[in-house]
Amino acid sequence: MPRDNTIRKVLVIGSGPIVIGQAAEFDYAGTQACRSLKEEGLEVVLLNSNPATIMTDKDIADRVYIEPLTVEVVEQLILKEQPDSVLPTLGGQAGLNLAMELEEAGFLKEHHVRLIGTTSETIRKAEDRLEFKATMEKIGEPVAASLVVENVEDGVAFAKKIGYPVVLRPAYTLGGSGGGIAHNVQELEEILKNGLRLSRVGQVLVERCIAGWKEIEYEVMRDSRGNCITVCNMENIDPVGVHTGDSIVVAPSQTLGDKEYQMLRTSALNIISELNITGGCNVQYALHPRTFEYCVIEVNPRVSRSSALASKATGYPIAKVAAKIALGYTLDEIKNAVTQMTYASFEPMLDYCVVKIPRLPFDKFISAKRTLTTQMKATGEVMSICDNFEGALMKAIRSLEQHVDSLMSYDFSGYSREELLEELEVVDDRRIWKIAEAIRKGITYDEIYDITLIDKWFIDKIAILVEMEQTLKTRTLTPAILKEAKRMEFPDQVIAELTGKTEREIHDLRHANGIVAAYKMVDTCAAEFAAATPYYYSVFGSENEVEQTHAKKKVLVLGSGPIRIGQGIEFDFCSVHCTWAFSKEGYETIIVNNNPETVSTDFDIADKLYFEPLTPEDVESIVDLEKPDGAVVQFGGQTAIKLTESLMKMGVPILGTSAENVDAAEDRELFDEILEKCGIPRPTGGTVFTAEEAKEVANSLGYPVLVRPSYVLGGQGMQIAINDHDIDEFIGIINRIAQDHPILVDKYLQGKEIEVDAVCDGEDILIPGIMEHIERAGIHSGDSISVYPAQSLSEQVKATIEDYTRKLAQSLHVIGLINIQFIVCGEEVYVIEVNPRSSRTVPYISKVTGIPIVPLATKVITGQKIRELGYTPGLQKEAAYIAVKMPVFSFEKIRGADISLGPEMKSTGECLGIAETFNEALYKAFLGAGINLPKYHNMIMTVRDEDKEEVVEIGRRFEALGYRIFATKGTAEALQAGGVKANVVKKIEQESPNLLDLILGHRIDLVIDTPPQGADRARDGFLIRRNAIETGVNVLTAMDTAKALVTSLENTDIRKLTLIDIAKVGNV
Amino acid sequence: MKAFLILEDGTVFEGTSIGSRKEIISEIVFNTSMTGYLEVLTDPSYAGQAVVMTYPLIGNYGVTPDMESRRAWPDGYIVRELSRMPSNFRCEGSLQDFLKAQDVPGIAGIDTRALTKILREKGTMNGMITTNEAFDIKEVLPRLKSYQMGDVVSRATCQETYVLKGSGKRIALLDLGAKRNIAKSLHARGCEVTVYPAHTAAEEIIASKPDGIMLSNGPGDPADCKAIIKEIRKLYETDIPIFAICLGHQLMALAMGASTYKLKYGHRGGNHPVKDLQTNRVYISSQNHGYVVDDASVSPKTAVPAFVNVNDGTNEGLSYVGKNIFTVQFHPEACPGPQDSGYLFDRFLEMMEG
Repeated sequence: MPRDNTIRKVLVIGSGPIVIGQAAEFDYAGTQACRSLKEEGLEVVLLNSNPATIMTDKDIADRVYIEPLTVEVVEQLILKEQPDSVLPTLGGQAGLNLAMELEEAGFLKEHHVRLIGTTSETIRKAEDRLEFKATMEKIGEPVAASLVVENVEDGVAFAKKIGYPVVLRPAYTLGGSGGGIAHNVQELEEILKNGLRLSRVGQVLVERCIAGWKEIEYEVMRDSRGNCITVCNMENIDPVGVHTGDSIVVAPSQTLGDKEYQMLRTSALNIISELNITGGCNVQYALHPRTFEYCVIEVNPRVSRSSALASKATGYPIAKVAAKIALGYTLDEIKNAVTQMTYASFEPMLDYCVVKIPRLPFDKFISAKRTLTTQMKATGEVMSICDNFEGALMKAIRSLEQHVDSLMSYDFSGYSREELLEELEVVDDRRIWKIAEAIRKGITYDEIYDITLIDKWFIDKIAILVEMEQTLKTRTLTPAILKEAKRMEFPDQVIAELTGKTEREIHDLRHANGIVAAYKMVDTCAAEFAAATPYYYSVFGSENEVEQTHAKKKVLVLGSGPIRIGQGIEFDFCSVHCTWAFSKEGYETIIVNNNPETVSTDFDIADKLYFEPLTPEDVESIVDLEKPDGAVVQFGGQTAIKLTESLMKMGVPILGTSAENVDAAEDRELFDEILEKCGIPRPTGGTVFTAEEAKEVANSLGYPVLVRPSYVLGGQGMQIAINDHDIDEFIGIINRIAQDHPILVDKYLQGKEIEVDAVCDGEDILIPGIMEHIERAGIHSGDSISVYPAQSLSEQVKATIEDYTRKLAQSLHVIGLINIQFIVCGEEVYVIEVNPRSSRTVPYISKVTGIPIVPLATKVITGQKIRELGYTPGLQKEAAYIAVKMPVFSFEKIRGADISLGPEMKSTGECLGIAETFNEALYKAFLGAGINLPKYHNMIMTVRDEDKEEVVEIGRRFEALGYRIFATKGTAEALQAGGVKANVVKKIEQESPNLLDLILGHRIDLVIDTPPQGADRARDGFLIRRNAIETGVNVLTAMDTAKALVTSLENTDIRKLTLIDIAKVGNV
Repeated sequence: MKAFLILEDGTVFEGTSIGSRKEIISEIVFNTSMTGYLEVLTDPSYAGQAVVMTYPLIGNYGVTPDMESRRAWPDGYIVRELSRMPSNFRCEGSLQDFLKAQDVPGIAGIDTRALTKILREKGTMNGMITTNEAFDIKEVLPRLKSYQMGDVVSRATCQETYVLKGSGKRIALLDLGAKRNIAKSLHARGCEVTVYPAHTAAEEIIASKPDGIMLSNGPGDPADCKAIIKEIRKLYETDIPIFAICLGHQLMALAMGASTYKLKYGHRGGNHPVKDLQTNRVYISSQNHGYVVDDASVSPKTAVPAFVNVNDGTNEGLSYVGKNIFTVQFHPEACPGPQDSGYLFDRFLEMMEG
């Protein structure tokens, strides 16, 4: 069926800020789909509140709205832009829910807008628990027996009927709190009672427990004519019980015979047909490990994290094909973009094995429970490809960038056999390391299987890796052994450690024996057809397929690896734009990255894509083959920066700012010299290695001080210490991971925090704009609300900032991007941090100023000058709009994580509010972050002593807005003394009714809780904050944020929002 | 023990010997299925060929009760890696032991992707699997070039007629090297299936007055089956509904004056899209064929294309004009592969209803 020509203008809804469970995969899918729609000559209107995305670029869509994802906004946008269709299946759950609300309210019909991609009926059938169950029953597809109960008795009766264990899921509690698995009636009563209390609607779902079954997924496509195919299937190594986003996943399935494989495949096709889905769909199954019995766990009638993984694992562009299907094409009319010979109506065949490992944030949330459950906790993931499973697993492990490079990296060798057996019971992110140790200790496959229910095929593969460790440790290293170790992707460094040699010796031995990486192509078809797309993965011991290219200058673009707190999608934005810019400058572009969720690893972004770990050894293998003319590291976050030194040793020129100058910004002494030379003040401080030295420095400076390791991401390990005790604790935490670099101790200045990104060509600088943080210094810049243009700076201060930026950029010989953070106290400007690379704020500031910073920086890197490029150097004129960037957190997903903000970054994503006035921009930003107030007009305040003066004014303003204020004793007294009515409520450790009961009553809109500074901050009020977050209450932990919120609530009426087309900003 | 795969073009792959140690010469073909290695090994259509699996990890779930015939058929078996630890609740043993027991020699540890690319670029060719390290390539190559598959259908077919009892339609299944699931698929639909050896005279089948005739898959060059083609022509002349798969489809076309030709490297795997020209629906099919009916040679008065391969446009099925005869190149019986076209057995049953 050819394309439906009545579709001319399409509204695409994005997924909003990055949160755990909804990450970069939707930027990837959305970008691919938008490009696919534009290819068809359609006009694309894009709505997404997330400014760090590539999809919100004017290159991707015709009209771009970075506005809150609310029903009101979409309605207003539809009235303004008059699209004829809405494509809702690319924006994750957020986009889908919005579209459903509009459809159900009759708005779409009324305005002659139709949903394309899938119908509302389909969405309902797949998403509504009861309708889904009924649909599955109709076509004879089994689902786990379940019942919603409102009292304990019904739960007990139902559990008796279906048999223990049962899973309990309270309705409407975020993060699955209050749920659990009950193995007997006592446990059931206990969990159920608590769950009913926590549920807002007093309901708990009691479900047959299928934990321990194999978890299998199928990615399915279907067109409007009913043609369907499966793109691939995937097997979770962790059985049912761990969220698939937190599981190690392998594609294709490894332990299913053709009978099981086809049984589930046929089921998936039946389901997608019955649901009448046109586009992509993901079906998750639980398969009994010892019978053919299975249950359908879930169906996602849209693109998902799994579909992104499936796309990268197979080369099949699911989002692109889904978009074409939405336009009316059938699968047999859509070309396979990879082979360019065959069509989308085929099933990819893999001749390799793919392993995905989640990137979990326990390095950031050290107090959080590492346990993995059905609530996803991962912020990102890595994928690796190899022709054997062992190799794929080893490559994925080292791609994580979590100080792990083998199955020995988490050391459980000190555990006794019994302790180890106990540890195996704990399902956490270190389970494969525990299994490896169990094998070393001689624990049998049967014992390991009985505890973990991980298929013995995988246990055996881990055993093969352990055996290789033993071989390397105990036998003379022969070329044959080395070859086999490399086939399994043991890194040279690990082989060196095991054999007592140096990494260099292993490297040389390899090369002397011709043991070098070869690259194979991901071609969707197992070599059956010639493929036109150079998408590669490495193997050892096979023939190399990479075509040698020499025609153009070659640039190596190093990506930013898995998404983690502190290094998010913004660096993918930068990598992709840099690649496109180099391409325009006539370079051949080569991307190396391992993140399957991102745009940068899409097959048609660079001229060549290497899906590989970002370690020096892995990069060197690529360099040996490609011999690039240069590498660019300043766009790939810390991951790429860390490779600078290695690249230089390989003889690859670093394009842009040189490695020495990157070092100078990080090396305290060198940096101090530069500051002194330029006459730029910075907070006084010193570099130390031990706690004793730190205390000495701290006492000479006077507390509070800022303590942090150098060379870190997102302020990892950065803390404010108020006494010697804090120093001991913080240095202890920092030194848990061996430090090559010193620790910095600085005087903590509480002023305004200011940030700039600038492009420097070695002589001139260009500052697109100055950003000001709402929160005072002390809260990580990534967690602060950031305002462009700065609202409270004098012209004098702005000039000083421009001057310091120029001096610093020139002194550091920056070619490309630089990011500087300042503290302004009165009219004094201090520099606190300089990063000679792209930053988190680059995408946002590019979009609101209309200045294409990354392409500009790329051109400068290739030798062009800012003046030649048509720009006047210096601080640019302020844009006509005010933009507020709001951090977004995923605290409810990470149990046990402390949510109070400080110097260590905790947010997972961001959204933008853009408007002509500050107040409206602020309001939009809060709205985009999901803070939609008021609901109940009740709030709780409990603030530290230092904030008791400020609390009065804030309290008064909330009171004026009709809020009823509850406060702990001290705070209430302060409020009452200031004439604000406050109801005293008992602290959480006092007897009921107390704060906790108030929170659990589900009548509270907001908690303002400012913990004291220092090491104790995490402990004080921890339970209040956790409970509030887990019951869906907004919690603010800084007075400045609270002030901003009340300001926004005072000022804006939602009906009056003006929507701004970002695509036009650049033309102003 | 070392093993070598020597190709007709002189390429030599060195790997590890698996299965039997005997030396074989055979036609080397590749299969892209990711599961179903046992079904592939026991598919009689591979008689006279050695199979390369493009999926690198083979034997993961061991040998399960899923054999498609009484024995393994390929002359040789070529894999990247054989799993040392099969794991599946139905696993009865390892593939290593199965290959030995079936006397199938093989080679593991070679770059199967590189091999597949050679076969893709140069076309299917003959090769030798040997454990003789002292092989003389000058002596081997002429032998490889002269290798002939011979009469493989006679080897692959059953020796005697047998019956799968049923209470529904009575089907005569001509076993040209049939996979078990053809008879099973019909039997599961209530049919009584009488399986006849390939060289059964048409008269004998017609005399049994079946409600329908099923021509099975099978190995080799269809044009070599001259005697069988003659018998099939006689079956055509009756009014008995006929459904044919793979070799059966090709033989019916040859019986009616069409011709077949050899594909460069065949279609073997479980991902081939075929379009039903009657409904314009596309189905993913299981395929295993090196030869194909030449569309241009089919007289439109005799038969019209019923299915076409979406990838390369080759013929995938014929509907005979004025006759109750329908034939497909692919495998609706699956095993291994997708079950999407299983509805064709229902269509066959409808044909018998008139």
